[in-house]
Amino acid sequence: MEFRMPSLGADMEAGTLMEWLVKPGDIVKRGDVVAVVDTQKGAIEVEIYQAGRIEQLLVGLDTKVPVGTPLALLRTEAEAGPVEVPPPPAAPRITPSRIAPTTPPPIPTVIVGPGPAPQLRASPAARRLAQERGIDLATVTGSGPGGAITSEDVERRLTKVAAPPEEKRAAGIDLGAMRVAIAAAMARSKREIPHYYLEHQVDVTPCERWLSEQNAPRPPEDRLLIGALAIKATALALRRFPAFNGFYRDGKFEPVQAVHIGVAIAIRGGGLAAPALHDADGLLLDEVMARMRDLVQRMRAGRIRSSEISDPTITVSSLGERGVEALYGVIYPPQVAIVGFGKVVTRPWVIDGAIGPRSVVTITLAGDHRVSDGHAGALFLAEIGKLLQEPGKL
Amino acid sequence: MSDIDIRKVVEEELNNIAPEVDLGQIDSAADLREAMDIDSMDFLNFITAIHHRLGIDIPELDYPKLFTLMGSIAYIDAKLKAAKAIAPPGAARPSAAS
Repeated sequence: MEFRMPSLGADMEAGTLMEWLVKPGDIVKRGDVVAVVDTQKGAIEVEIYQAGRIEQLLVGLDTKVPVGTPLALLRTEAEAGPVEVPPPPAAPRITPSRIAPTTPPPIPTVIVGPGPAPQLRASPAARRLAQERGIDLATVTGSGPGGAITSEDVERRLTKVAAPPEEKRAAGIDLGAMRVAIAAAMARSKREIPHYYLEHQVDVTPCERWLSEQNAPRPPEDRLLIGALAIKATALALRRFPAFNGFYRDGKFEPVQAVHIGVAIAIRGGGLAAPALHDADGLLLDEVMARMRDLVQRMRAGRIRSSEISDPTITVSSLGERGVEALYGVIYPPQVAIVGFGKVVTRPWVIDGAIGPRSVVTITLAGDHRVSDGHAGALFLAEIGKLLQEPGKL
Repeated sequence: MSDIDIRKVVEEELNNIAPEVDLGQIDSAADLREAMDIDSMDFLNFITAIHHRLGIDIPELDYPKLFTLMGSIAYIDAKLKAAKAIAPPGAARPSAAS
C-alpha cells in the first residue's frame, strides 16, 4: 500500500519532505515516526498508521509534494506475495548494474549508457549504495568529474537522513507562513462557524492552595502549573458534555470518544499553534503536566508530530499568570469549541456571607451553534468550575 | 561564585528561553516576565535550569524574588553563600557553585 503525504490541518495543501527516518526494509508499527515534513506550522514528524515493511521511498529529500502524494510503499502483513513496485513519480530511478561486492569500488565515475532521461552520472558503487539505501540519485549532488555522483556523495546524503534530526533540522518556524496558515483557518472559522460565547467566573483559591501544598516538597521539574488543572478539568467535563468534543465535517457533527485537548501555545515572535495532548481525560495530573511541558518544548523546537497537529478534538487556551482576565477564542475548524482560561486575579468574593479576597479565573467558551446551544455550554462551563473546586480529585 | 559569574549563568538560561531578546537592553529592575514575554511555563523552566546548574533549592514562595534580573542575582548569591556557610570547611559542594 502507499503511504501518502498527510493533510495536517484544513489549510495544508502541500508539504516538503525534509527527512526520512526509515529506509527500505525497515519494519514499522502503527504510530512510528517515519518522516519529517516541513509545513506552514513548522517541521512536523509524520507518523504511519499501518504496520508493515517499508518497500521503497518514492519522494526524495527537499521535495515539495501536494497532500495525498504517495511518499513510500509499505508492505502490510495482510499483503501477501511480492509487492509490485511502480516507477517513482519524479526522477527515473536507474537500476544499478550488479558488481562483485568484493571488488573495491572504483572511484572514477562511469557514464551509464542509454537509459531513462535525464541521464545521471554516477559511479556503480554510488548507484548500488543509493539503491540499497533507498536514496534517489536525482536528489544527490555530485562532486565527481562533470558533476558525477560518487559513493561519498551518496554517503553524505545518507548521513543527512540518518543523523539526529536536532542537528540537521532547519531551526525555527517560518512565522510568516504560520501567519498565513492561522489566517486561513481563522477566516474559515469566522466564515463558517456561528460562534456563541459564554463566560464564567470561578474561585480557584482551592486550586492555588492545593498546588502550593503539592509543589512545596517537589523539585522544580516536578512542579505543577494551574494550566495542567485547567486541561484536566476540561477533559473530565467533556466526558459529560460530548457535544463539545469532536469535528464538524460534511454538514454534520462527528462526536469523538477520545479527548485530545489542543493546547494553545504561543510561539515567540508572534505565532500560535495548538497541538494535541492525547487522551487527557485518562491521565494523572503529573502526566498532564509532563506532556504539556513536552508539547511546548517540542512545538517551539519544531518537533511536533502529525497526529498532534491533526487530531485535537477541542482547544484550551490558558493565560496563566499574565495577560488579561478573559479571552474569547476563535474555534479551530473542524473543532466545535474552544475554552479559554484568563489570568488568575485576586478579587473580593463573598463566601458564607462574608467578603474576602479570593483568586478568581474567568473561564470562557466559544461554541459552535450548529452543534450545541448556550444552555449546554453553560452547564459545561459550570462543570469545569465545579471540578476545579476539588483539585485533589482531578 | 562572583556576582559576574551568577549574572552570566542567569543570562545564559534566560537566553535559552528567549533567544531573540537582547539582555543588554533589559532593565535589571524590570519584571522579566513582562520585559521578555516569559510565561509561567518559561519561568518554571528558568527556575528548573537554575536549580540544576547551581544546586540551590528555589521554593515556589520565593519566585517573586526572581522576577527581575537584579533580584535573581541577589537571591542566588544569598542562597550560595548560605550553602557555603552551612557546609563544613572542605566539604564537597556542587562544583558549579565553587
